[in-house]
Amino acid sequence: MAVISPSGTRESPGTPDTPKQSARGRRFRGRGRRWIPYAFLLPALALEVLIHFVPIVLGVAMSGLRVTQYQISHWWDAPFTGLGNFRIVLDFDGPTGKALAQSFFVTLGFTAVVLSGAWIVGMAAALALQRAFRGRGLLRTLFLVPYALPAYTAVITWRFIFQRDNGMLNHLLGQLGLIDSNPFWLIGHNAFWAECVVAIWRMWPFAFLILMAGMQAIPGEVYEASSIDGAGPWRQLQMITLPLLSSVNKVLVLVMFLHTFNDFSTPYILFGGSAPPAGDLISVHIYQSSFATWNFGLGSAMSVLLLLFLTLVSACYLALTRRTGHES
Amino acid sequence: MNHDTPGYRAFRYVTLTLLSVFVLAPLYVMLASSLKTLPDVQGEFTWFPSSPTFQSFIDIWHTVPLAQYFVTSLIVAVSATVLSVLVAIFASYALSRWTFPGSASFKGAVLATQMFPGILFLLPLYLLFVYADQNLGTDLVGTRTGLIVTYLTFSLPFAVWMLVGYFDTVPRDLDEAAKVDGAGPLRTLLQIIVPAATPGIVAVCIYAFMTAWGEVLFASVLTTEQTRTLAVGLQAYSTEANVYWNQVMAASLVVSLPVVAGFLLLQRFLITGFTAGAVK
Repeated sequence: MAVISPSGTRESPGTPDTPKQSARGRRFRGRGRRWIPYAFLLPALALEVLIHFVPIVLGVAMSGLRVTQYQISHWWDAPFTGLGNFRIVLDFDGPTGKALAQSFFVTLGFTAVVLSGAWIVGMAAALALQRAFRGRGLLRTLFLVPYALPAYTAVITWRFIFQRDNGMLNHLLGQLGLIDSNPFWLIGHNAFWAECVVAIWRMWPFAFLILMAGMQAIPGEVYEASSIDGAGPWRQLQMITLPLLSSVNKVLVLVMFLHTFNDFSTPYILFGGSAPPAGDLISVHIYQSSFATWNFGLGSAMSVLLLLFLTLVSACYLALTRRTGHES
Repeated sequence: MNHDTPGYRAFRYVTLTLLSVFVLAPLYVMLASSLKTLPDVQGEFTWFPSSPTFQSFIDIWHTVPLAQYFVTSLIVAVSATVLSVLVAIFASYALSRWTFPGSASFKGAVLATQMFPGILFLLPLYLLFVYADQNLGTDLVGTRTGLIVTYLTFSLPFAVWMLVGYFDTVPRDLDEAAKVDGAGPLRTLLQIIVPAATPGIVAVCIYAFMTAWGEVLFASVLTTEQTRTLAVGLQAYSTEANVYWNQVMAASLVVSLPVVAGFLLLQRFLITGFTAGAVK
């Protein structure tokens, strides 16, 4: 096994990329040394399996068990119910199924608003900071603060802002003469919009960051050539920036979708653990229906449905974007 | 380069003004309220503190066991960061320097776990910990150990992904030279590659720390009164019936400062790592 490959190419398994013809080098890539990469990988592999893969498999298994509060400490002895949990969860006339469907549609609406809101704001900021001017670096740093802030301190502050009697928002609206009496923001239908604003505030810097990096990768000559041809900024946006950002956007939209759809911190902290129906996102819903009643069997069934939905959406999205990529 | 049209300038001016206000408003509320007295935050909101005081920054350590939360969060975040980065360095070395059966699928699987929502792992992981505690004699539910183990896997996928990229940029000639000098793989990694990839390792450390410092979902389930992290402690306090908002804002400011400062100081490294994958 004396494979000598040029630096950088990867040939036979377990072979270091740059074998050396010294005695030590030969020992390095010998047959007995194939385990070396696996040894380095082992801790990561073990942790991933234990904390991620085993729980997912276990979660699917648990969705077939009737795990209620009586079995929690001995859940492995819980009776098997087959699809019983799914029957309860998907019965949209029953209270459990009805609440789940409501939460699902709230989450869809929330995701649509936050995803488009964060993308538009992030895109506007990236465009506004595209060309050099004094203070650009400072503003870029400022815009990253919501992203760097720990989720709970940001959302707690928003919770204070949305307080009915002593919050900033109602005070501001009152000063501007837009309201006569103080509305509730964290109860009732307003809760949905309050939640969207907080989520957009936390999410848009991420879109901004990725779009800005994508724009920097576009060579300046492209813009110079087009402005010689007489194209203004609006036309350049349509003809150059957006088309060249399409591959960046493909990844960005999927990542933002998954993050937003699964957002837990925003509703959990904003509403103090008990989200009103209008703001009841799916993660909090599953969390609450599991830990309020300790009925982990139902919770697991809902989690499995969520996993199926997300996998389906991601797969369709990737298939669709790949196809359009080929056409262009 | 000065072909900014008046329209573009107007757009820039309006956008940046509005966004600055949007970003700054909560930060201002946090700062101004932390300097207020209790009556100031209990009545109608005011834009300025009537008599600015730092008293909240002192009181908050007694009103809630903030110091205890702080210490717990620090221990958990630092341990998770150190372990996660160590594990990631080893794994990334294997993935960067060798091609072996399963290496590609490992990379893919690791990235996929990053995409799944935490709530999917939460229930089974909790029950797994219950099982281990009862049958294997471990101590994972309600302890820092359980949190540390969980958090270190949260930052692991990103850490591996980013470090493989960094290690790939370290010239292989350096490995070869080390090998000629008689260094084995472990010494090559520690003496050649790790020093050459320091910026990447620093960025990964910051990311891992931020992840652990800000996590809410698992902390709310895997901790008890005694092992509460800042996230759970402050969340619980801010949802009580009678909240001292000036103190909550002071505490929020104190616990945000280290991570925000760290992030902004090292943003250059982090941004390269965050965006590299998406832009390519």
